[in-house]
Amino acid sequence: MTDSVYRIQGATGEWEVVIGLEVHAQVTSNSKLFSGAATAFGAEPNAQVSLVDAAMPGMLPVPNRECIRQAVRTGLAIDAQINKWSRFDRKNYFYADLPQGYQISQLYHPLVGEGAIDIALDDKDPENTKRIGIERIHVEQDAGKLMHDQHPTMSYVDLNRSGVALMEIVSRPDMRSPAEAGAYLAKLRTILRYVGSCDGNMDQGSMRADVNVSVRRPGEPFGTRTETKNVNSVRFVMATVEHEANRQVDVLESGGKVVQETRLFDPDSGTTRSMRSKEDAHDYRYFPDPDLLPLELTDDFIEECRASLPELPDAKRHRYENALGLAAYAAGVLTAEVETARWFEALLAETAKAAGKREAEVAKQASNWLISEFFGALNKLGKTLDTSPVGHEAAAELLALVADGTISGSIAKQVLEKMLAGEGGAAEIVEREGLKQTSDTGAIEAAVAKVLADNADKVEQYKGGKEALFGFFVGQTMKAMQGKANPQVVNELLKKALG
Amino acid sequence: MSVDTATVAKIASLARLKVTDADLAAMVPELNGILAWVEQLGEVDVTGVEPMTAVIPNTLRLRDDVVNADPLTGGGIRDAVLANAPAAEHGFFGVPKVIE
Amino acid sequence: MTELTELTVAEIRDGVAGGAFKAVEVAEAFNANVAAAQAALNAFIVTTPYKAIEAAARVDADRAAGKALGKLAGVPIGMKDLFATKGVQTTAASHILEGFTPEYESTVSRNLWNAGAGMLGKLNLDQFAMGSSNETSAFGNVVSPWRRWDGDTAPLAPGGSSGGSSAAVSARLCPAATGTDTGGSIRQPAAFTGISGIKPTYGRCSRWGIVAFASSLDQAGPMARTVRDCAIMLEAMAGFDPKDATSLDLPVPAWEAGLNPDLRGKKVGVPREYRLDGMDGEVAASWDQGIAWLKDAGAEVVEISLPHTRYALPTYYIIAPAEASSNLARYDGVRYGLRDLPDGANLQEMYAATRAAGFGAEVKRRILIGTYVLSAGFYDAYYTQAQKVRTLIARDFEKAFEQCDVILVPTTPSAAFALGEKSADPLEMYLNDVFSVPASLAGLPAMSVPAGLNGQGLPLGLQVIGRPFDEQGVLNAGLAIESRAAFHAKPEKWW
Ligand SMILES: [Mg+2]
Ligand SMILES: [Zn+2]
Repeated sequence: MTDSVYRIQGATGEWEVVIGLEVHAQVTSNSKLFSGAATAFGAEPNAQVSLVDAAMPGMLPVPNRECIRQAVRTGLAIDAQINKWSRFDRKNYFYADLPQGYQISQLYHPLVGEGAIDIALDDKDPENTKRIGIERIHVEQDAGKLMHDQHPTMSYVDLNRSGVALMEIVSRPDMRSPAEAGAYLAKLRTILRYVGSCDGNMDQGSMRADVNVSVRRPGEPFGTRTETKNVNSVRFVMATVEHEANRQVDVLESGGKVVQETRLFDPDSGTTRSMRSKEDAHDYRYFPDPDLLPLELTDDFIEECRASLPELPDAKRHRYENALGLAAYAAGVLTAEVETARWFEALLAETAKAAGKREAEVAKQASNWLISEFFGALNKLGKTLDTSPVGHEAAAELLALVADGTISGSIAKQVLEKMLAGEGGAAEIVEREGLKQTSDTGAIEAAVAKVLADNADKVEQYKGGKEALFGFFVGQTMKAMQGKANPQVVNELLKKALG
Repeated sequence: MSVDTATVAKIASLARLKVTDADLAAMVPELNGILAWVEQLGEVDVTGVEPMTAVIPNTLRLRDDVVNADPLTGGGIRDAVLANAPAAEHGFFGVPKVIE
Repeated sequence: MTELTELTVAEIRDGVAGGAFKAVEVAEAFNANVAAAQAALNAFIVTTPYKAIEAAARVDADRAAGKALGKLAGVPIGMKDLFATKGVQTTAASHILEGFTPEYESTVSRNLWNAGAGMLGKLNLDQFAMGSSNETSAFGNVVSPWRRWDGDTAPLAPGGSSGGSSAAVSARLCPAATGTDTGGSIRQPAAFTGISGIKPTYGRCSRWGIVAFASSLDQAGPMARTVRDCAIMLEAMAGFDPKDATSLDLPVPAWEAGLNPDLRGKKVGVPREYRLDGMDGEVAASWDQGIAWLKDAGAEVVEISLPHTRYALPTYYIIAPAEASSNLARYDGVRYGLRDLPDGANLQEMYAATRAAGFGAEVKRRILIGTYVLSAGFYDAYYTQAQKVRTLIARDFEKAFEQCDVILVPTTPSAAFALGEKSADPLEMYLNDVFSVPASLAGLPAMSVPAGLNGQGLPLGLQVIGRPFDEQGVLNAGLAIESRAAFHAKPEKWW
């Protein structure tokens, strides 16, 4: 990503894109927002439906404390105002996935007010950020699911999701490019996963974005926007913005008007289309749900939520840079996913302990190894940290061997391969295969002498001023030593021998 | 404010009530009579008055996040949920096919 | 021995416990009365004689085994068909729920069965509890057992919406019945049929499993022939229910044990705004009589003011339909009840056809009003304004209760009218609730007790309104009236 301003070049000039996202994030909870039915993914149809979720006559909602707590924690994590007095409203409309004929949501008095998150505009420079405003977070019920392809004349209704708690996180129209929209969704997901208020599993529908897009001439007032519903990946959000903005520019440049409407993204074609079925002039007739009293939070409840928050990604990144001395890029990579950060921190603690050093002393080594060695190796195996056959304890044992000079970095690579292949622990492999690094000057001196003798021409060139060849001699010596020579000793002896 | 036939038709459609022209013709004067009568509320001075939220002083109780803690409000009762359905097949409710 | 069906709840309970008669004998006697009256009065939508016998047999067995008996052991009752009853059709008197057999039991009915009561059947009512005469039921009108003295046999309204309950109790088809009260649906039918009924403080009885009409107003309560019976029934019905977020988390007081008609030291408020121009002379006289009785019971009578009284009814007719329009959205032909699927209809057309075929005229009228007052552009003018006026109405009561302990007013502006007399004009029907609606809007406990008969031989009721949670004060004032009114009139059996 670059700093340069994103513009669509139309036939009649430049256009600016304005984007706002409404993200629906499923709140992590065992039971639903207003009933005791389970929320687990993938159950048999209608197996997780209570009488309440099916809106049987006389059924009543009772809110789940955990859902409220998670929404408050999320609000605190984005520095938002927590409304101690909020209320649930009914949003009335008829659809087969909505058994009550209304969704219990919050319109007039949401639980969480204004907040913001910072998105990075450049992967290589996490400090280059833009602040995206968040207008509100409210808590509401999810709808059920319709299946259209199981029967020739009927749609089937599964209410398992009906009543599952969602947070609707509404941004300000502060984004100006597909990349910003993508970065916002990714950052939001990171924060939610750190907080633990949403698992962020977009392929299971745990996070979906309604993408509001409009275009305008730079500096002019906002244009008419469209809302593309339920876009379920970062990539698709970016594609939606890209397609929708260009479509609107085409419409405007050919003398047409953008219609304010609901649209649907088609992942196969990468395009959006109008959802006419939902265009029946909506009048949701919001009013306070008379089955529920106002939700009043105590200071204690809010403070408990605050105290339970973990270190958040930005704070963690700064700590990695300032206290551990990591480069901004590395700190950014290690904190982008909560699992990575957790893994790294465990590795760091165990490496420091095994090597008898302070964490800051081994942080760079651990970070470099993780990012440039381990991720690559896992990638080749098609694995992730979650599924890695080598855990952080085993990895720490390996890094400690490097840190105390037992093996060199290049030997460590070989050892890691064997570890990943299930051939044992680091120390065990090093011992078994005789991979310990040697500082035996006699053996190294002999190797140096042989290398210099075998490459007399290069020695001449070196002495003639081609100092870059020093690395060549080091490499040859190491090779002759089968990688087991202490590189520092090799350096010293070579320098001496080359005069 | 008084309603005309078109407005009543719109409201009926919003409320998903199929109405005939004869129904509409009868409803318009009835609804206007009722609306004209309730509109006397407009004369009440409500300056500084909050709309009522809880009729009896009481705050919203929250429940613990436990699955099926009470079988009456828990899941795992598919047969009971589907028992009265006009059309239920393969564990689903059936409705006329929806084109989205 | 008097006929078993003439006994009160307390007498049945005590007689069964003391061995004077068997619970099964009581159930059989009431089953017989129910069956004999059904064709003429149409008080029940379904009868469940076997349920009454089963429950009674259990009580008899428990007694024989020396087990402790519940508060209502051996008492067969009628259940308004607004309460979900497991395995027994529950319709809210609407065609849209015809054939609906819940897989669950409402909290209130469950409490009653747990106390040893048995079910005689599901009582008819105004459709979705919307009505004041029981003429909106999809299962036919309930006919009041009362007739005028002048030989006029025109069928009279039993009141509504709990009209099946009021008719059944006054005709001795059951010693007690459940009712629900949204704007007067317990008190008005009780007054029309010469029985007692109490709507407790909002939140006393769980709403879980009661078909909702207007959530912020709906309250269940008992209807019976005596104040004591109401206290016994209410004790069994009430109680905290974690399944209802508006349920009051308070212990249930021992109301029966606390009954005391001595009102010395109590102040009774008489609001001047209830004395309407053109008030029915007999109603006014009965009110004055009630004031005198309470003075006689030792109370001090004070004049109070409830300045927003005249706005209560229009406020109610915005809030109740608004809530109803949303509460009744679930009747859509998808999960239960009626489905009307015309050839080739899509989903939304199925909804519209189902709801048109399933709901009666009054229900549709209220859904339309409710939809309109909540719709874009009108919400503030109607709904928000009404909720503000409701605050003022509740404040009026708060201020009044600084000067008095209970309030005494008539229950209804007139005695029972004839079926068909007011059904042509919805507004005229609505005006029937003019005295009962204010307490509903403020969530207050309120009770109607019979005060006497008018010149045509029809019952009139007096209404006692109390502070929040003070059902005891209401019952005690009711008892003071009851003991002085000595109301023993009952409809002459013509069915
Ligand atoms: Mg949205
Ligand atoms: Zn939403």
